[in-house]
Amino acid sequence: MDIILLLFIFTLAAFLGFELISKVPSQLHTPLMSGSNAISGITIVGALIATLQNPEGSAAMVLGFAALVLASINVVGGYKVTDRMLGMFRKKGDR
Amino acid sequence: MQTPGLINFFYIASAILFIFGIKMLGSAHTARRGNLVSSIGMLIAIAVTLIDRQVLGSWMWIAAGILAGGLIGFFAAKWVRMTRMPEMVALFNGFGGLASLLVGWAEYQKFVDAGGGRIDGSIPAAMDHFTASVIFLAVFVGGITFSGSVYAWGKLSGKISGKATVFRGQKAVNLLFLAGILIAGILYASGLAGEEAYAIFLGLILFSLLLGIFGVMPIGGGDMPVVISLLNSCSGLAACAAGFVIRNNVLIVAGCLVGASGLILTIIMCKAMNRTLANVLLSGFGATAEKAGAKQDGEMKPLSVEDAFYVLEAASNVIFVPGYGMAVAQAQHAVKELGDILEENGAEVRYVIHPVAGRMPGHMNVLLAEADVAYEQLSEMDDVKPVMSTVDVAIVIGANDVVNPAAEEDPQSPIYGMPIINVHEAKTVFALKRGQGAGFSGLVNQLFFRENTRMLYGDAKQTVTKLVGQFKD
Repeated sequence: MDIILLLFIFTLAAFLGFELISKVPSQLHTPLMSGSNAISGITIVGALIATLQNPEGSAAMVLGFAALVLASINVVGGYKVTDRMLGMFRKKGDR
Repeated sequence: MQTPGLINFFYIASAILFIFGIKMLGSAHTARRGNLVSSIGMLIAIAVTLIDRQVLGSWMWIAAGILAGGLIGFFAAKWVRMTRMPEMVALFNGFGGLASLLVGWAEYQKFVDAGGGRIDGSIPAAMDHFTASVIFLAVFVGGITFSGSVYAWGKLSGKISGKATVFRGQKAVNLLFLAGILIAGILYASGLAGEEAYAIFLGLILFSLLLGIFGVMPIGGGDMPVVISLLNSCSGLAACAAGFVIRNNVLIVAGCLVGASGLILTIIMCKAMNRTLANVLLSGFGATAEKAGAKQDGEMKPLSVEDAFYVLEAASNVIFVPGYGMAVAQAQHAVKELGDILEENGAEVRYVIHPVAGRMPGHMNVLLAEADVAYEQLSEMDDVKPVMSTVDVAIVIGANDVVNPAAEEDPQSPIYGMPIINVHEAKTVFALKRGQGAGFSGLVNQLFFRENTRMLYGDAKQTVTKLVGQFKD
């Protein structure tokens, strides 16, 4: 049941994703990519759990910690750089 | 599931914020807020996870990990030059992929550390098939994403040759890697236990990393927008697989959204080149020097900056068509200055951008936005095509294949059928070009031999700056 439910969520999310972003003006392709890239850093949740749930110093915890550092770069860097880019897109006479 | 209802409620809230965030990213005036919304979703997901989990490990490690990664990410994002953006996105993709791989590995390691897989019988000898299968997927997709992205980063930053690298038997090698991965994956997921399983798992990682590298190898610089989009999609799917590993729905939803958006971009990029994804990934396009369809009428006609100035001064409708060459020359600020002067001079100025210009989707838009070009002046290819004959001067800056009329006129040409910006129909074309060589595809650009085309040789930035100087005198 558990697994079926997860697969169910997966299927719905996939369709939702395609519906959400089927039409994006090409000006926004790069921010969309780096912004969604930051979202893929959600794997940080898995990294946190792996770091917290395993005994300190265990191999699993070390793997989790490495994942945590990488995912943090991905999340913070991704959001920051997207914001920086979008801050540069402005209308005429905005500044 | 061990997480109580309240925690899951917050995960749902976080997923909703991601959905709204990504939707808002699709429209110009909501995009920046959308990014903020999705970052709040991320913050909630992280905070809830920290509150929920019982702490065996030390909080110190959590703080250290987030701080170290966060600072690196923050300053990398703050300092990166906009021309270097494709590399940065590639690298971030790769980190995300590797993180997902490690999450899968950690889950397996936990099982092994707990004594699972030993044959004393106290703990089930093997993981259940489902968990093992999704760990396999997380490692496989995450591994490819990581090594492929790092290799793409190397190509984009010029650390390794950006050209398509093709060698004999390349496809066979890749097929071998893929077969190795699939066999290892099936063995691993089928309930193999003990040290054999661990060895196979390590082999799985190795093969996935190798496939990522060898998969990106035959893909040349001009096809990079496709690769970056595809890797972006993969980083999402890897996170999604990691979500199945730890049975967490927010990872599944968020990863899936990213997977879908990356795939959509990939398809858009392929369409903009009139090629299939398989063709981009496998053909080694650009590595084979082109012999066909190279008969040229006429010759390239150079033009001095002074003469170009007189033409521009009289022009009332000017478009700029930038390509990767503008990024290389860092010419975007000079271009914007010239555009402003032309506007003051009474001309209508637009910037027409081909979807695959540059090294990632939307690359040129970002550069011009950095130079403060107004959003409304950035035009899409299809908006300008019908009115091209009214354009007095089309200034092509470091773009090549995307303005090659052969794509429309020469059925022999390898790029025949690719949608192009039809600058050859403008009254005059100025092509700013470093030298006389061919473009990324190895094709001779017939545009440069047209009656209405004039070549302005030299560094694009210097040429544009000189033109600006002419106007100021």
